[in-house]
Amino acid sequence: MLDDSAFDLRKYLNNNGQSAGVWIALVALIIFGLLRYDNFGSAYNIVSFLNYNSMFILIAIGMCFVIMTGGIDLSVGSVAAFTSVCAAYLSPFGIEVALPGGVLAGAVIGGINAFVIIVMRVPPFIATLATMLGAKGGALVISGAQTISVDWSSNFTKFGMEKAFGILPWTIVATLVVFFIAWIVLERTPLGRSVLAIGGSEEASTLMGLKVNRAKAFVYIFSGACAGLAGVFLASSYGAGQPLEGIGWELSAIASVVVGGTLLTGGLGSIPATLAGALLLGLVFNILNFENGKGTISLSAYWQLVIRGGFLFVVILLQTRVIRKRQAVS
Amino acid sequence: MTQESPVLENSGSSPAKLGSFKFDLRKHGGLLALVILLVFNALVTPNFLQPQTLFVNISQVATIAIVAIGMTMVIATGGIDLSVGAVMALAGALAPLIFLSPFGVEYPILGLIAAFTLPLFAAAFCGLFNGVLVSVLNVQPIIATLILFISGRGIAQVLTNGNLQTFSNDAFSYLGTGKILGLPFQGWLTLLLALIAFWFVRRTLFGRYLLAIGGNKRAALLSGVPVRPVTILAYVICSVLAGVAGMIVVAINSASDAARNGNLMELDAIAAAVVGGALLQGGKAPIFGAILGAIIIQLVKYTLLANGVEDEVALIAKAAIIVLAVWLQQARKE
Repeated sequence: MLDDSAFDLRKYLNNNGQSAGVWIALVALIIFGLLRYDNFGSAYNIVSFLNYNSMFILIAIGMCFVIMTGGIDLSVGSVAAFTSVCAAYLSPFGIEVALPGGVLAGAVIGGINAFVIIVMRVPPFIATLATMLGAKGGALVISGAQTISVDWSSNFTKFGMEKAFGILPWTIVATLVVFFIAWIVLERTPLGRSVLAIGGSEEASTLMGLKVNRAKAFVYIFSGACAGLAGVFLASSYGAGQPLEGIGWELSAIASVVVGGTLLTGGLGSIPATLAGALLLGLVFNILNFENGKGTISLSAYWQLVIRGGFLFVVILLQTRVIRKRQAVS
Repeated sequence: MTQESPVLENSGSSPAKLGSFKFDLRKHGGLLALVILLVFNALVTPNFLQPQTLFVNISQVATIAIVAIGMTMVIATGGIDLSVGAVMALAGALAPLIFLSPFGVEYPILGLIAAFTLPLFAAAFCGLFNGVLVSVLNVQPIIATLILFISGRGIAQVLTNGNLQTFSNDAFSYLGTGKILGLPFQGWLTLLLALIAFWFVRRTLFGRYLLAIGGNKRAALLSGVPVRPVTILAYVICSVLAGVAGMIVVAINSASDAARNGNLMELDAIAAAVVGGALLQGGKAPIFGAILGAIIIQLVKYTLLANGVEDEVALIAKAAIIVLAVWLQQARKE
């Protein structure tokens, strides 16, 4: 028992070592932006930045849970596209129907993932690759391959475009709520411990009597629900259900999670560091936009894809070094 | 994982009792699916039994089959390559860029040679990138190949500025529209590549090493198998084959569209390989199984399309096939 706790402590310190790096990088980038661009610190930029990135923060939080169990969820982008269409169709009934409806639709697809992975024993990336395809097909079928305009007369778009109590946009408030729930679940509940234990060793967790299947089902349903909520944001903030959105979102989410120090092999992870990772990736794009505006560089939209991949590449290189160091220690 | 192979051998030798052929769905599921598809189409789909149908299907199955051959080799090492579609887009975008460039216009022959070879070198480089990440840096194959899955297509779009490149170049188009003995050139090319791959896997040291790595990587390493070079070579072969497929698509259309070329091909290729009997855990490389898998995937697509089912529904059907195939495979393993 004593040995175990000593090992955990070392793991914890190592983990915090890397998340400190993320926070430092984040602060450095913000200072760089504030010094270089006039409007970087403006309320407009901050709010629109957070509003846009709240979608990526959400799917990154969901993805963090999945990756901590040693799995992966490639379907998040398609799920968000699918639920944005669902939410757009539900928008005449107001946000109080459209939001739960979108989240539920995402959770159902997450449930399908969980079923295929746990009961049918299909590897997570195959199962979620299939639902990625299925959700995309579903989104195109129900929307007739068209962008679905939302009902502007209901309160649906107020959620994505107006501020709660005049301070912060509703999307950011909702993201913060999800963030705190996820944080508490991971750090303070048996479920959270099970999630981490499964990632450490699924076999050992089963032998210890942990409810492995229940925890695994939870992470995929939670990830689906997070993607579902992101889809609601998408429809509400931009006024349309967009069946073709979401390409490459899984990559952003995975990169955010990994840059936050979560090991891709599972068993280790942090929700706040994932938030920092998502903000860091978003900030890179924000700064590139400002550079574009200044005319120092001229990047077409296609560069976004290249940069996302490059970002993930750099993060992986860094993580490989961390793992090597850790192996050298133990 | 070490205990899997004896179980497999048992399940392979169990059928055929009492003189009657005992049918094993898991083992012969692919062939059964092919027969069902053929019978169904012969009865339902109008004009199915025409030479034209065969012609169309051969020219379309070729790209899936070529990519699936490479995918099978990567899967044999216990890996996966999600970047094949993006590599297709990249190679497909490069070829017309080269023979339409001032150099290519001035020296048509040299330009054409460069247009056939340089994209394959670019593809090989992508494979090298994937292979090094996987085997030297020990990044999981899904994550390693996810990088090029997204940015490879981005690079292709940056190169072409997102434009559709159309061209008329008979020599290059032969790759996609030429005929030998009345059948599409790319069909023969697929057959040739499959035979080479089969020989490579079955008769060379590389093949033995490939299967050894997938069977048990650690044991392979300890018994002196050059794990890193062999793994890297598998990814390079896979990417080069994807490059060939990407150029065929461009040649068929006489146009390259970086946004669509090879889109979702990774799914078709994985599905073909798995339907053909490749084990996702590695250790098996059924090349002709992959061809059979590719034919089934193509026939499913054709069946849905010919009977007026929308493309979007076809996506869902394909997703179901992949899950079903892997599920059957998991069941066989246990």
